[in-house]
Amino acid sequence: MGDIVLRNVTKIFGPTPARLLDQLRAGANKGDLLAQTGHTIGVRDVSLTIEAGRCFVVMGLSGSGKSTLVRHLNRLIEPTAGEILFDGKDILRFDPDALRRFRRDRTSMVFQRFALFPHKTVLENAAYGLNVQARDRAERRANLEKARHWIARVGLAGYEAQYPSQLSGGMQQRVGLARALATDAEVMLMDEAFSALDPLIRREMQDQLIRLQTELKRTIVFITHDLDEALRLGDRIAIMNDGAIEQVGSPEDILQRPATEYVARFIEDVNRGRVLTAGAMRLEAVIVGESEPPEAVLAKLHGQALPVAYVADAEGRLAGAVTESMLRGAAPAATLRALAQPVPSAPASLVLERVLPLTLESDLPVAVVDDAGRILGMLPKDRIIAALAAHLPGPGA
Amino acid sequence: MSIASALSFFACVAIVAAIVYFGLAPGRHAARTRIAASAGVAAVLLVTGFAGGWSALVGERPEMPLLPVGEQIDRLVDWLVVRYGDFLGDINNWIVHKIGFFERFLHQSVAWPLMALLFAAIAFHASRSLLLAATVVVAFALIWSLDLWTPTMQTLSLMSVSLLVTVAFGLPTGILMSQSDRFRALMTPILDFMQTMPSFVYLIPVVMLFGLGTFSGVMATMIYAAPPLMRLTDLGIRLVDKEVIEAATAFGATRRQTLFGVQIPLALPNIMAGVNQSIMMALAMVVIASMIGVRGLGQEVLYGLQRQEPGAGFVAGLSIVLLAIVLDRITQAYGRRLAAHRQVVH
Repeated sequence: MGDIVLRNVTKIFGPTPARLLDQLRAGANKGDLLAQTGHTIGVRDVSLTIEAGRCFVVMGLSGSGKSTLVRHLNRLIEPTAGEILFDGKDILRFDPDALRRFRRDRTSMVFQRFALFPHKTVLENAAYGLNVQARDRAERRANLEKARHWIARVGLAGYEAQYPSQLSGGMQQRVGLARALATDAEVMLMDEAFSALDPLIRREMQDQLIRLQTELKRTIVFITHDLDEALRLGDRIAIMNDGAIEQVGSPEDILQRPATEYVARFIEDVNRGRVLTAGAMRLEAVIVGESEPPEAVLAKLHGQALPVAYVADAEGRLAGAVTESMLRGAAPAATLRALAQPVPSAPASLVLERVLPLTLESDLPVAVVDDAGRILGMLPKDRIIAALAAHLPGPGA
Repeated sequence: MSIASALSFFACVAIVAAIVYFGLAPGRHAARTRIAASAGVAAVLLVTGFAGGWSALVGERPEMPLLPVGEQIDRLVDWLVVRYGDFLGDINNWIVHKIGFFERFLHQSVAWPLMALLFAAIAFHASRSLLLAATVVVAFALIWSLDLWTPTMQTLSLMSVSLLVTVAFGLPTGILMSQSDRFRALMTPILDFMQTMPSFVYLIPVVMLFGLGTFSGVMATMIYAAPPLMRLTDLGIRLVDKEVIEAATAFGATRRQTLFGVQIPLALPNIMAGVNQSIMMALAMVVIASMIGVRGLGQEVLYGLQRQEPGAGFVAGLSIVLLAIVLDRITQAYGRRLAAHRQVVH
């Protein structure tokens, strides 16, 4: 499996696009170029690396060039300039035959308006990508069996003989998903795949995709105009505006450190509580072993803004917390194990919305732990509130 | 080659180019096509303009046409008749023999109730409607009781053969038109010609080449009936949802796989509408075809006209209408059947 690398990819629509490249590089803007020459900029000088096995989301409003960009990855659209490397090979150099093989074997696609073949049954639709390359009838029959498996995986078992027009939108897109999954292609291009669905169905499909992806680890390039969807699905997110990339980063990067004014405006209305996780927002905590003498802990806490130390057992798991005042008031012979108070803890993947209620249980900051219960850091109440209110100083501040 | 024939050859090219020019959709064609077509327009304007100016200045009118196109066409057809007349005559006889066999089979070998039942069965298969099947039986019984069974079957056999030829030529042409914008730009004015040129105009050379009779009738019917099939085939294929075609391409289908596996199957309802239109147009040609010796209902209408028997003309015309209704309903029902599961639904 290889990464996909885009280098300076530019697409200009119009009769003589190549002549306008210099003008574009000199910084001509979209409106002027359209007015003066009748050319439209689809994609402007995009360089990206899409990691294999991850979900890469390209997000932008309509007309931002995101759908154009994704069509470059299987050359449904040819760029005006630039390179697109897949496994280190420039796919723009493929001859028609090699390109067809590339499309058959390496990529698959899911479309906004499903683009199912209305004259084929659900089963035939799901098997299409396989049957395009089938040589004889036996192979075709084997392909139908393979397709049957994927139809069951997307939850449509029993609908194999139906036609797309007999299914609801959500079910049709499941067929589209099965068709894309069935070819075993490592790259799945999803062009606004869930945008045409009702919010509830959309959420269901997102969950299904996340479940499938944890198991299959395909390289997914997901196009959307919905920021919540992008933040939910994306391991990395690229935000596009007017054909250019504004920012690429993890969902937390985008929310916490918007690179441009445009991105900042974009994320204003996001429900951060559902996106930011305890792990991403945690502060460094003072972590002490159960057997350490209280005096040593006091010394460690001296000068800390939050005088709390988390007590870890021999395996590093959370045992409780002690504060400076508790240590000062303690009997001289008391051990940390005896002094430690229970403290609420949150797994690193928990979103802030769910962490917030935990703060009601105790005045101490919530401990952030990993899957095994080991302490990773802490999350004070006011930091959670500040994060939700989007008045956030950088981490560690 | 004489100057006159050279001149008329160029005139023809210029006229065709001018027609192409007016057929071009604005802003959608290659610069070369546009330039060639504009040159044609310019040539026509220049020649007629100069000639007009000349006759105005000198004050005399030319004795013969400035562009002796008609004369040259006469000479071309004469030459064809002299050179290939016998050969074409042989073809004609062979085909007439075949059609005659088909015709005799229809009205001599098959008893009319059997024929009516056969069509009723086809109608039921197409529509799953007993009402339509009953309508077909009633229509055929009515034709039989008007004592027009034999001419009706003659007409039906000519129609079937014409339709076969029309589909054999029209379908591939329509498919080619959908695949190439250039070919389409070329065909559009030709189809306009075929549809609007009065049929007598091409009946003359067809009769000179093939003689009077059935084969000429088939040719004339085809010229008149093929355009709607070609246009609707082209249109149907072009109307197929772009995203569906994109999906086929994205999964690595070849152009041929996309055309035959996706585009043509999805265009079938439109193609069927084209077949329906062709049948209706072919029926409209029945009377005209009778003037070049094609037997059948058209001939009965013609007799009615010649002998001043309005009644005979009416019953023959009524039979044509009944035949038209039967064929129209059957093909439409098949069209509707094809349309199921061929529309994109969201």
